[in-house]
Amino acid sequence: MPSRAGPHSPAGVGKSLPERGLLLLLMVFVFLEGSVLPLGAASSPDISHKENVDNHQVAAVVHNNTKKAFPVLDLDYKHVQTPFEISLWVLLASLMKLGFHLIPRLSGIVPESCLLITVGLLVGGLIKLAGEQVPPVLDSRLFFLCLLPPIILDAGYFLPIRAFMDNLGTILMFAVVGTLWNAFFIGGLLYAVCQIQPANPNPLHTLELLPCLLFGSIVSAVDPVAVLAVFEEIHINELLHILVFGESLLNDAVTVVLYHLFEEYSGQGTVTVMDCFLGVLSFLVVALGGVLVGAIYGILAAFTSRFASHTRVIEPLFVFVYSYMAYLSAEMFHLSGIMALIACGAVMRPYVEANISHKSHTTIKYFLKMWSSVSETLIFIFLGVATVDGPHAWNWTFVTVTVILCLVARVIGVIGLTYVINQFRIVKLTTKDQFIIAYGGLRGAIAFSLGFLLDKNHFPMREMFLTAIITVIFFTVFVQGMTIKPLVELLAVKKKQEAKRSINEEIHTQFLDHLLTGIEDICGHYGHHHWKDKLNRFNKKYVKKCLIAGERSREPQLIAFYHKMEMKQAIELVESGGGVNLPSAVPSTVSMQNIQPKKPPPAKPAERALPQLPRGREEEIRNILRGNLQRTRQRLRSYNRHTLVADPYEDGFGDFLLKKQKMIELEKKIKDMNNYLTVPAAPPDSPTMCRARLASGKDSDFKPAQQQKGSKICPDPQAYRGKPDSDNVPTIHVDLASPQSPDSVNMMDEFRRAGQQQKHQQQEENQGLMMKPPSGQSGPKKPGEADSDRDQQKLTRCLSDPGPSADEDEDEPFLP
Amino acid sequence: MGASQTRSAHKYQDLVDRTGFSVEQIKNLHKRFRHLSGNEETISKENLDRIPALANNPIKKQIVDAFFDKRNQHQDEVGSFEEIGFEQFLMVMSHFRPPTLKTTEDEKEALRKEKLRFLFNMHDTDNDGTITLEEYRKVVEELLSKSGAMGLEAAKAIADAAMLEVASTNVPHMAPDDFYEGITFEHFEQILKGLEMESRMHIRFLDVDTTTMRCGKSTS
Repeated sequence: MPSRAGPHSPAGVGKSLPERGLLLLLMVFVFLEGSVLPLGAASSPDISHKENVDNHQVAAVVHNNTKKAFPVLDLDYKHVQTPFEISLWVLLASLMKLGFHLIPRLSGIVPESCLLITVGLLVGGLIKLAGEQVPPVLDSRLFFLCLLPPIILDAGYFLPIRAFMDNLGTILMFAVVGTLWNAFFIGGLLYAVCQIQPANPNPLHTLELLPCLLFGSIVSAVDPVAVLAVFEEIHINELLHILVFGESLLNDAVTVVLYHLFEEYSGQGTVTVMDCFLGVLSFLVVALGGVLVGAIYGILAAFTSRFASHTRVIEPLFVFVYSYMAYLSAEMFHLSGIMALIACGAVMRPYVEANISHKSHTTIKYFLKMWSSVSETLIFIFLGVATVDGPHAWNWTFVTVTVILCLVARVIGVIGLTYVINQFRIVKLTTKDQFIIAYGGLRGAIAFSLGFLLDKNHFPMREMFLTAIITVIFFTVFVQGMTIKPLVELLAVKKKQEAKRSINEEIHTQFLDHLLTGIEDICGHYGHHHWKDKLNRFNKKYVKKCLIAGERSREPQLIAFYHKMEMKQAIELVESGGGVNLPSAVPSTVSMQNIQPKKPPPAKPAERALPQLPRGREEEIRNILRGNLQRTRQRLRSYNRHTLVADPYEDGFGDFLLKKQKMIELEKKIKDMNNYLTVPAAPPDSPTMCRARLASGKDSDFKPAQQQKGSKICPDPQAYRGKPDSDNVPTIHVDLASPQSPDSVNMMDEFRRAGQQQKHQQQEENQGLMMKPPSGQSGPKKPGEADSDRDQQKLTRCLSDPGPSADEDEDEPFLP
Repeated sequence: MGASQTRSAHKYQDLVDRTGFSVEQIKNLHKRFRHLSGNEETISKENLDRIPALANNPIKKQIVDAFFDKRNQHQDEVGSFEEIGFEQFLMVMSHFRPPTLKTTEDEKEALRKEKLRFLFNMHDTDNDGTITLEEYRKVVEELLSKSGAMGLEAAKAIADAAMLEVASTNVPHMAPDDFYEGITFEHFEQILKGLEMESRMHIRFLDVDTTTMRCGKSTS
């Protein structure tokens, strides 16, 4: 390293080559030694190469022009070094992820994790080729404090609680007993193998039992990061996913305890019965303590979010900060941080979700996904870099024996444990399931980081351990990770159902819960369902009241689900861009009318609803326009740095429903002229609407479609009413900047929208509602309508409806 | 004494064949039956209504009714009993047996159908082969009956939405004047396909040895 002799060679953490190139430039500038050109620049990875050159040129220019004078342009790389390097790494990781998904067909063959490790290897190799020192990127502190938490939080927050709790026993069995078995089996047999080689003098002979066991406990834990990366791609059924993934999460406590225990005692060399007992005790403390810490922070987060309704923008922050605090607090006491995070995420989620606004929820979702995916990418890249970097001590015997033992121990462990578990399980694990569980036992970066933490003084074999750990990781991630997908196909293991949960399924899930609880009660013994029911009731009665604000705390799960479903449908509809393709929720021509038992005698399409049209229709149009005007006004005055829109959830919901309905209507019109008026295909009686109607003193009974629509369109009784024109049908001047052809909706640009707003404002001032048939309508102009008279009427009516697009695209920027 | 014992053993054997329970389970259930009926031969609705743990169950009425429904007796009868004996009690209970590892695919399918039929019968109160909107609303109303006025308000909307969903998944194209009468059993099967009833609708019946039971709780 010839050029790093200057005073500016800090041995910072996480330094990489590209920055070193810049560092050299800096030195060039400072010491006015223009002739010493950066060595590192030649070996920079391509991202920063250009920057390098540019900077150098700039530096040179400045250097030439400003001798001793006031520095017009100054270069102070050191000032920004650390954040700059971090950003570069993140950028590299994101670009790699991007590129990976751009290459067609590659993602179908190779799992992302493998490719990222390869990238890491390449980057590391490049750095090494340049003769630079590879930065210790996968530093244990960095890994455990920064990279791991986002992934675990993401996993914990979105943990499918029901599946997890239903299989908790099995998961715990695999996580605790399975990991213990693996650790002792691998460690013990490894020690035995190291002893039987009497012939040649081998360094392995010096290896004692405790370091072997320590190594075994490090290498035996299934890694959540690796499992997630691979299992996300193979879309396996929920049971297997939760079994393997749950195991990888919960075995953390075992690993932590074993690690500290063996590390502690390998110095002393003797273990007494007392120590074993303390170890068991410590395990309980570490595991339960972690869960407790997490649960406390989770409840705190839920409680805090209860009062966050006035500062919606910082709501998501509570989730992140409280969880991170939980992790750090647990780590502080050497408790299981992973379990704390899982508990925290799982505990806070139901309450936080009920409290925060819909947008905050989306934010949380995206932030968690973003962070965890960046972390994951970085971890795999760093794993590759660290592989190139590390001082390796390759010992054929040790490495091969380790790999083989890992496989054998896993297989035996799974088969043995399943045999025991199946005695108690009601839904038994089949042979296929066992195979996938055994095969899905991937090892990953946690093992590496733990190995990296080992003290070289206590463990002279550290390098050999690290090499063996890396080999195991590479073997599992590459060989098993790449073959598991074809194997899943080959064995025809049941896949995850992609379909969303339907309202019927939700009803029957609830029904079944109560039914089974009831049957258990009749049988007179208190099983699984009984206790679950008790817990639910307790939750509803006390906990929810404390942690959830407002009336949502009393909302039963089914109603909450229904609201969520409606919301989702509405959003999908809006996002799909004006009803181009209706979401699957209402894919058919079936409407409310078709299931109403007491429907009015069906009228002929021609006469249907025609008589009462002008009045109701007029009202409707006015209401829509009024809505637009109000929203425009609201938007114009409501921009604020700290609030997005005044209460987006509650306000948005009504609008969504309105829009949804309007859009379905439009769709119908386009599809079929004959029944376009009578079919409001949306489930018309949403609870929100019920409430709204109750508030406005209207009856919630079913009415013929036409009236119902009318009543719904004005959910707000205090809304401003347009001055009713005394003449017949008033003319509405809606500048349908987006013609009703759905395709054009997306092409709306801000400019036109702004224009529209202005127009609306003008209208508002004039208070004159003018109607004229909009020009760009594509829908109703279906050729070949027979009866011209009726047709004409229909057309006018159809045209007079401004349709959803006018208000829809106006509002779009604010919709999540 | 000895004669009565052999007779009861013989009777149990018959029940074992017909319901699939083990002798121990039947004995346990019989004990419970005796307890519920107050040592009578038959049990009435009032007996079941009095179970304290059931008091909080929103669908208590339907559960109790299911026990007195003749359709759940595997005989082609309809109507309802006033009182049921142990045999009928056991028959109803047998709908909640878990599948075993040895169950073949065909048997699983039959089991699923049987369990779904039980549910369907609970909803289809007038036994006309369809769950009408009225009946479905009633179900959801019962389900939400513990949550006060809000539940009643929402129940109708939810039932309507659910019905609409059934109609649109099963009969995707209907003319505006068509009328969807109600959920038939085939449609019912269709919409609950994702729930895997055969592996979910079961409870653990006590065998004699309760140690198994205790472990089972944590592992199930």
